[in-house]
Amino acid sequence: MSSQSRLTKVFCTALVLLVAFAGSVSAQGSLIRVGIVNLPPEESGYRQANVEDMNAVFSRANGYDMKQTNTGDNSEQIAAAQGYIRDGVKYLLISAANASGWDNVLKAAKTAGVTVFLFDRLIQTDASNYKAALVSDMAAEGTTAVNWLLSQKLPAYNVILIRGQMGSAAELGRSSALLKARDSGKVKIVADGTGGDSWSPEEARKVVEAAIAAGKDFNVIYAQNDGMAQGAVQALDAAGISHGKNGKVKIIGFDFNRFALRNVQAGYWDCDIQCSPRQAAEISGWIKTLESGKKSPTGIVYQKEIYADTATITDELILSKGINADPGKGVITK
Amino acid sequence: MRTQNVLEMRGICKSFPGVRALHDVSFTLRAGEVHALMGENGAGKSTLIKVMTGVYEKDSGQIAIEGNAIHFKSPQDAQAFGVGTVYQEITLCPNLTVAENMFIGRGRYAFVNWKRMRERAARLLDSLGIPARPTQQLSSCSLAIQQMIAIARAIDMDCKILILDEPTSSLDEDEVRKLFSLMRELKSRGVGIVFVTHFLDQVYEISDRITVLRNGEFIGEYEASALPQFELVSKMMGKALDDVARIRKHEPSTRAGETPVFEATGLSSAAGVRPFDFSIRKGEVNGFTGLLGSGRSESVRAIYAADKVTGGDIKIKGKKANIGEPIHAMRLGIGYLPEDRKGDGIIADLSVRDNIILALQVLHGFWKPFSRKQAEAFADEYIRSLNIKTASSATPIKSLSGSNQQKAILARWLLTHPEYLILDEPTRGIDVGTKVEIQKLVLKLAEEGVSVTFISSEIEEMLRTCSRLIVMRDRSIVGELTGGDLTENVVMRVIAGGS
Amino acid sequence: MKKRTHGFQVLLPLSVLAILILINLIKGADYFSVTLINGALYGNIPNILFGASELVILAIGMTLVTSSSGGQDISVGVAATISSSVFVRVLLGSASITWTTILVAFLISCLVGIVIGAFNGSLVAMFNVQPMVATLILFTAGRSIAFLIDGRLSPILANDLTSQIGSVIPGVPIQTPIILTAVFIAVVAVFLKATNLRLYSEAVGINPRAARLNGIDPVRIKLLTYMILGVCTAVAGFIAVTKAGRHDSVNLLKFCEMDAILAVAIGGNPLGGGRFSVSGSIIGAYTIEVLNRTLLRLEVDPETIKAFKAVFILVLMVVSSPVVRAYAAKGVARLRARLDATVAKKPRDPEREEA
Repeated sequence: MSSQSRLTKVFCTALVLLVAFAGSVSAQGSLIRVGIVNLPPEESGYRQANVEDMNAVFSRANGYDMKQTNTGDNSEQIAAAQGYIRDGVKYLLISAANASGWDNVLKAAKTAGVTVFLFDRLIQTDASNYKAALVSDMAAEGTTAVNWLLSQKLPAYNVILIRGQMGSAAELGRSSALLKARDSGKVKIVADGTGGDSWSPEEARKVVEAAIAAGKDFNVIYAQNDGMAQGAVQALDAAGISHGKNGKVKIIGFDFNRFALRNVQAGYWDCDIQCSPRQAAEISGWIKTLESGKKSPTGIVYQKEIYADTATITDELILSKGINADPGKGVITK
Repeated sequence: MRTQNVLEMRGICKSFPGVRALHDVSFTLRAGEVHALMGENGAGKSTLIKVMTGVYEKDSGQIAIEGNAIHFKSPQDAQAFGVGTVYQEITLCPNLTVAENMFIGRGRYAFVNWKRMRERAARLLDSLGIPARPTQQLSSCSLAIQQMIAIARAIDMDCKILILDEPTSSLDEDEVRKLFSLMRELKSRGVGIVFVTHFLDQVYEISDRITVLRNGEFIGEYEASALPQFELVSKMMGKALDDVARIRKHEPSTRAGETPVFEATGLSSAAGVRPFDFSIRKGEVNGFTGLLGSGRSESVRAIYAADKVTGGDIKIKGKKANIGEPIHAMRLGIGYLPEDRKGDGIIADLSVRDNIILALQVLHGFWKPFSRKQAEAFADEYIRSLNIKTASSATPIKSLSGSNQQKAILARWLLTHPEYLILDEPTRGIDVGTKVEIQKLVLKLAEEGVSVTFISSEIEEMLRTCSRLIVMRDRSIVGELTGGDLTENVVMRVIAGGS
Repeated sequence: MKKRTHGFQVLLPLSVLAILILINLIKGADYFSVTLINGALYGNIPNILFGASELVILAIGMTLVTSSSGGQDISVGVAATISSSVFVRVLLGSASITWTTILVAFLISCLVGIVIGAFNGSLVAMFNVQPMVATLILFTAGRSIAFLIDGRLSPILANDLTSQIGSVIPGVPIQTPIILTAVFIAVVAVFLKATNLRLYSEAVGINPRAARLNGIDPVRIKLLTYMILGVCTAVAGFIAVTKAGRHDSVNLLKFCEMDAILAVAIGGNPLGGGRFSVSGSIIGAYTIEVLNRTLLRLEVDPETIKAFKAVFILVLMVVSSPVVRAYAAKGVARLRARLDATVAKKPRDPEREEA
């Protein structure tokens, strides 16, 4: 059939182009040699900012010869780490796809005299296998949120809790502070739901809609990321329930997406808690310290993370600390 | 001394919601006889066999095996009492070896002694004269051999009663001969064989007695030697039948220089048929004949572009035409009823109506669906005129009997009012009455000016309908017979390669 | 007969839906109540219709490819993400956002959807790759493609017009996604009525060889259904992204593939191809939506909500399996026979059965 063979030809051409396009570029240099094993930027907005931060800080201008591998496949990550060790990098930075399977590589690094820093994600291994790990303290983020909430001096705290992927580090950490506050009687959780494995805004919306349908009385939405907070607020808007600065329901989100921060700035939401993807500057500081012969921190180090509410938020903060696209001042993302 | 009855069924009744399938039917089978079970489709043969094999439970009546009253609750029950069945469609596993197929699902143990299994299979195949190796994959055997292996499997399970449900419908003559010699061997071992077939000549070749059913009722039990063929047919059809004899060949008026409706030169296809020339005149009925595998089906498939055409020129009424796909042939007024009804013909899950209107609907166009009313009218017209037995036009075609499915496919092409109709084995596996109807229909179409190419494995049937026979051997045309040469003798001689 | 089997096909998801609604009614008698809030209808029913819109549209397309190719496209969520990323890209690249530019961007995204469908469809139809395997390619690689189209950051679509498409247009009392879904269903219904797609697709799905001998080109029909599915993904992506107000290439319509396939299955469509019922799939999609909401309404623990859903679907699938159906049919027939017998009472006459 002629149309079939024609289509076959088109298809093959497309394939060839695709393969050609897949060829990538790499860089080289001298100075302090650093190898970074990271997840791919398309994993999330968080990772996008993280990768960019690594690229910006470990630049030639800052005295580094850095190579970065971005893959979500643990075995590819391990292979990349082995490659860096073979190439003789001085520092190896790892954000692991899986928490296990790294023992041999880390030992090999130690034998080769490579200093290993973990960032963002911990690895299940003996603490002696790496120098230090810089991670977000999810429980502290939760505590920040709960402390902010309690400082609002509301007559009562009736909370809808919208969790992320059940069992994930972020969900466990961000839930624990609120659950503790509930156990001590400071807040009441009137509905407890989840956005599921994809932290889905649509699911979050349904959680709030179910609570409204059940006639629950609530004045706080504690959503464990910005997307779910957005979904929850959509449910309030549709039901005609006021929220934000002068509204009935306080909205709390996490992650410092710029759209979320703009919503806080506009008083559409109330508070957003940072989960910083920018570990590069601090680790670079440690490396410079070591290079100058001084001691740097060891073990697990937590990043300092902040919050922003309608009172404290500034344009400067949104631009410097936010992640993902900025809708612009005064633009509300509904 | 009377031979002992291995199986006795008395007063068997079986009903389904709304249908009385069997009413007071009796059947006896002696050890060491071949007993033909005859009847048109819907006569109750299949139901009776299913009662015999424990697939259905009877509503009332008695079944006795070797004089002991038995009540089957499941096919396993029946098997345990020595009832073995080989169906028309082979129910073995094509990917397993011959030996595995003979023993699979029978062991009581999870572990199999493969070597012993192979040896036992080899011995059995040898003793029955079946030309297959135990280690051979089943799918590499011909259909006939597969059937024989299924029989061997039943024999090895010590069956005293062997039921062969249309075993010969997909076999060529040579294979049928082999099967019959196997059946005779089993007879001599004292196995009682129930034989179901549509081929009357085969019935007389092998059977000792004949039981006839009609409309779920018992008509009679006869010695084969005492029942002439025309009487058997009339008992099956329930009327004195001289229709069969009355069919006359229609000789088209031949005018010199007449342009053929269809003409092919040097036509060949990917299915391996050698380049051949072929033509057909308006109102002519011709046929391709030859043994199975001679290329007769492949030839007509090449005409219709059912297989990929690899060469040749085609002229329709003298004008050059291009047929690269079936749709091109359809647009040129050609219809094709394929040999493999199940695989190429019916769309099993679709309704009778959709199956009937399919070809015309496709010709009509993607953007012009018939209204429900139109489609219904088309379908009903042919359901009536071809007497298709179906609950309604919305019934899925798969629940119809083979004969009625075939009629529906025929209706599909008649509906398109083709100028040239190719019928490949339209009468295979269908009951006698329908066969006659189809033959008559072919001749009627020819009278109306439709050209028909007709293929049948029954030469006699072709002689009755075709005015020209194209004989094939080894994928080439070896002869073309007309007029006085159209006798069974001559045809057989050409097929067999005699001069 | 056809009507009856068809009726049974839809009967099951309908009765499941009825049971779920009954549970909700027990939880709160005002389940069906609808009020007007900010000029738009608000209530459980509008919420369900709103929430299920993308799933319904995807399920329609999934039904068609299931019918023609006897397999499922697992890349629909990803395809929707790609086509909607093109929509956002085109829209943000245009000088101003007006109804016209939105329409143009939408049509371009539909084109992208068709191209994606043609890609998947050609793998399935021409290279005979199993649909699930063929679409696995895009399933794995697709979100990265959407990420590349999005550019450096996941773009924000915060403007009045698109957010009206994702929620309510002032003066129109029904949420826009509900209207779009209804329009889409109507378009599909008209298309099925005006063409032979149903007959061709069913024929190809049941018996491609016989279909070809009757003049239908199986390759073309499979390709066509995948391209239609492509349009479905584009529309679903369009609705999803206007609802979200930003394009999140990572999470947009994530995991919706399985729900779409499930909707087709609940709708009584054989996943092996052939006969299909779009209305069954639509009901299936709404059933899934109601199920999700019912579990929330029953305040099932977030830790166990997945397990509940799995058990429910398992029961549903077993109940709708051919085995149970045949058993049920037998039971019904027996019951009817017994009823007939008791009604007749007189000596049992086998002839009576005929009538």
